[in-house]
Amino acid sequence: MPNAHDVAVVGAGPAGLAAAVEAAEAGLGVALIDTAGQPGGQYWRHYDENHARPDDRVGHRGWPVFTALRDRMYALRAAGRIRYLPGHQVWLITRGGSGAFTLRVTAATSTAATTERPRDAAGRALVARALILCPGGYDRQLPLPGWDLPGVMTAGGVQALLKGHRTPAGRRAVVAGTGPFLLPVATGLARAGVRVAAVVEANGTLGWLRDPVGLVSAPGKGVEALQYTALMARHRIPYRTRTLIREILGTDRVEAVRIAKVDRDGRPIGPDEEILADLVALGWGFTPSLELPLMLGVETAKDVDGSLVVAVDDLQRSSVDGLYVAGEATGVGGAALAVYEGRLGALALAAALGRPADPTVMRRLRSAVRRGRRFAAAMHRTYPVPRTWPEWLSETTPVCRCEEVSYGDLRRAHDDLGAEDARTLKMLARPGMGWCQGRVCGFATAGIAACLSRRESTAEDLRPLATRSLAVPVPLGELAALTEDTTPVEATGERGRDDG
Amino acid sequence: MSERQRAIHQYSAGESHGRGVSADLVVVGAGVVGAASAYFASLAGVRVVVVERGAIAGGTSSAGEGNVLVSDKEAGPELDLALYSQRVWREDLAEHAELWEFESKGGLVVAASEQNVTSLRELAVRQRRRGVEVRDVARTELRDYEPHLSPELAGGAFYPQDAQVQPMLVAAHLLRLARERGAQVRTRTEVTGLLRDGARVTGVRTPGGDIPAGAVLNASGTWAAGVAGLAGVRVPVLPRRGFVLVTQPMPPRMIRHKVYAAEYVGDVASSDTALQTSPVVEGTASGTILVGASRERVGFDRTVSVTAIGTLAAKAIALFPMLREVRAMRTYHGFRPYCPDHLPVIGPDPRAPGLWHACGHEGAGVGLSVGTGKLIAQALVGDRPDMDLTPFAPDRFADVEEALR
Amino acid sequence: MTYQMTFRGAAVPAEPGQSVAAALVAAGIPDWRTTRKGGRPRGLFCGIGVCFDCLITVDGIPDQRACLVTAADGMSLGDAETGADLEDAGDRRNSDAERA
Repeated sequence: MPNAHDVAVVGAGPAGLAAAVEAAEAGLGVALIDTAGQPGGQYWRHYDENHARPDDRVGHRGWPVFTALRDRMYALRAAGRIRYLPGHQVWLITRGGSGAFTLRVTAATSTAATTERPRDAAGRALVARALILCPGGYDRQLPLPGWDLPGVMTAGGVQALLKGHRTPAGRRAVVAGTGPFLLPVATGLARAGVRVAAVVEANGTLGWLRDPVGLVSAPGKGVEALQYTALMARHRIPYRTRTLIREILGTDRVEAVRIAKVDRDGRPIGPDEEILADLVALGWGFTPSLELPLMLGVETAKDVDGSLVVAVDDLQRSSVDGLYVAGEATGVGGAALAVYEGRLGALALAAALGRPADPTVMRRLRSAVRRGRRFAAAMHRTYPVPRTWPEWLSETTPVCRCEEVSYGDLRRAHDDLGAEDARTLKMLARPGMGWCQGRVCGFATAGIAACLSRRESTAEDLRPLATRSLAVPVPLGELAALTEDTTPVEATGERGRDDG
Repeated sequence: MSERQRAIHQYSAGESHGRGVSADLVVVGAGVVGAASAYFASLAGVRVVVVERGAIAGGTSSAGEGNVLVSDKEAGPELDLALYSQRVWREDLAEHAELWEFESKGGLVVAASEQNVTSLRELAVRQRRRGVEVRDVARTELRDYEPHLSPELAGGAFYPQDAQVQPMLVAAHLLRLARERGAQVRTRTEVTGLLRDGARVTGVRTPGGDIPAGAVLNASGTWAAGVAGLAGVRVPVLPRRGFVLVTQPMPPRMIRHKVYAAEYVGDVASSDTALQTSPVVEGTASGTILVGASRERVGFDRTVSVTAIGTLAAKAIALFPMLREVRAMRTYHGFRPYCPDHLPVIGPDPRAPGLWHACGHEGAGVGLSVGTGKLIAQALVGDRPDMDLTPFAPDRFADVEEALR
Repeated sequence: MTYQMTFRGAAVPAEPGQSVAAALVAAGIPDWRTTRKGGRPRGLFCGIGVCFDCLITVDGIPDQRACLVTAADGMSLGDAETGADLEDAGDRRNSDAERA
């Protein structure tokens, strides 16, 4: 039965890689599905291993942790205990009457050169008794006048281009937004020879170092921060705190940014200043990818940083039986925490399926996860999204880049048509209805919906923009093939409840 | 009190309690049908309060394809209502057409076999007698209408009156226009009970307070049986689930009309509980292509049906082979409110004086909404409605229920 | 060796292992399609397959995410008839008649 597994792990970043390895070593049959062509996720993104160079690891944190996990994963794959599906995306998960999950997958790209599209039924669906979803996240964005100009990228995108493709995205950069992630992006660019004109940080500097709870939870992080500060100094990168980009200037591409000093709430208090740049890297923390867990109806919560996250217990179990979630999807907390969560979820699942799990290891992991969560919360409190951010928007500022919906369009849908919540805004003005299905503008649209109705945003505002009926676009031909399937899914009698 | 308001009071003998808000008419439900009723009633001088337990246009109105069709209807009262609604869309509401993207694109019904072409021609004869415009389309002409259509088809029929709207914009703008004429819209306000004076319905009860009214209109779509139940009367509206696929944005005019297979007509009127999927394929103003209209009776089950979306995709590809490589971005589903005889329920309920219904329009609610709203407004103020409402009478199911007992 | 690709007829070099998007950016090409409504230029934004801004036609297959497609020698970029990268910015209205 090549397509039936004890557990399917989705995502091969820090959490997923750790979960897959731990589950397989505990004796479970594992399928590991990942969008990228090689493991590592966003955090350990690196150049194509077939063309590796020794310096590809420079600037990577926890690289030995990654290589150890990767080597174990490859060994388990060679031993037939992990089925690894790189370059694939899960677009639908359903649950059959027996409780087994059916995952439908599609190739991440479909070019002539990479044609491995699973045309046969067996390649399109796989079945698992349990799931560990580790979908990770991506840079959170706030719309800003001029943010749709070419040369404006997400901070993570700039980093991915550097680490994954050895390509600097510009020659003179401004890195802006909030959070400690801006620092490695800036130093990475500088190391690649890019002139970093400024790091523009909306909040005060390194305040979490003074947060006793946070620092005690993760003492190593203090050292890390000091290292970045030293690197910033060495590359002479100006670190402008309590400062915002007010506007990105340019006609057909970025030419400069206009910045200003702001108060604690994000309101400008100083004169504007212009900085020339051909690259702007933006990041406001991270948005967890929740479409797969939401597809299965998990309970969610609004985290300290304002993100919608999956609610899990102290064994990484979601509210849905058999569904474990680890990594950023349970709350943004970084790679080290994600590894702990992945391991913990895998061991908890193995125990639930009758495999012995070392109680001491479990206890240690649980306590590491608790500490990691405390530290993450301290960081989130130090680097909040400025409370008044919607005030930056002008009527013409694009909010949804796909469908070209401006702030003015949203305001009119609220003022004239009575859209009081994010879902109604979406239906009347179309933010989040394009190619990316609200991944980029979802957080902002939810915030704008709440702001227009003069209230705090809630999980209810975030959920409609995080929910996707299909996790990724899929060719109609592949959908049509569903009805022609004679996959082992049905041969074993594990027909979906809705397949009858 | 205006003459019109006197008329409504005469008609339903409402009584204002003189405290808090009161209204001539409380509309329960802010979907397209409730919005159209509120608009035409406001236009007639009626003081309207719309109460909606969720958000505007948040139910079935947000889950359809925006069909304004005459082509899919057999000769009979529903077709008459569709033709009447055509006039309302194109005449009464002509000045607002742009607001809700009214597009008179026409419908092309295609048949895969000679036998189906024959049925299509026979249907057209019956429809023409009631006033429908139909052009017979020969096999060789099909691709003049739709260049990307499969060459395998046997023939078709073109219905120039078929049109498309964006139903949430219809509801939102009709409510806005009603508000401009004095109507109030209260969202997140659930009707928890009805005010009664003997058998008579005299208003609604909500967590935010009672709203006394001369009349209460049940425009709560798929959930209408529940509201009727508050008055102790039965209106047998049930949900029929429908999935729609939405593709990636495409270049303009890839698909020019509403295109569907002849079997759709059969499915629309079917009482079979099993899944039926006749593809209705059409382009939209924003470039996406919609593949719609699976129909199945599974209660309020919200899980994605792999069979339904797979079958829709397969049948759409059979019509337009180029869709095979086009990607679906999302799918959505809604619950169409249907009655056993597939006709809507429109008019006053003699079993509970003061209670009116405008519900049960199944998959045609968007197209029929404006005709329904106008007729309801006419009847409410005591005018003779432009159309006889007898076929839509709320108590018409009594005999059936008697027989079933 | 260095691969050679073409973008709308012009030569674009790529290192083995690089993505199509990286090769374009490295060649000084910051955008490769325009939006449907406003005709605005779009290139690389998220860089990790999330935002779909970087859609491009690769060897005649439209709407591929340039950030995910690995460059290959002889690849032809951005010249199909029906991709988002070549969609004209005609008079398109804001909403389709379809709901979430």
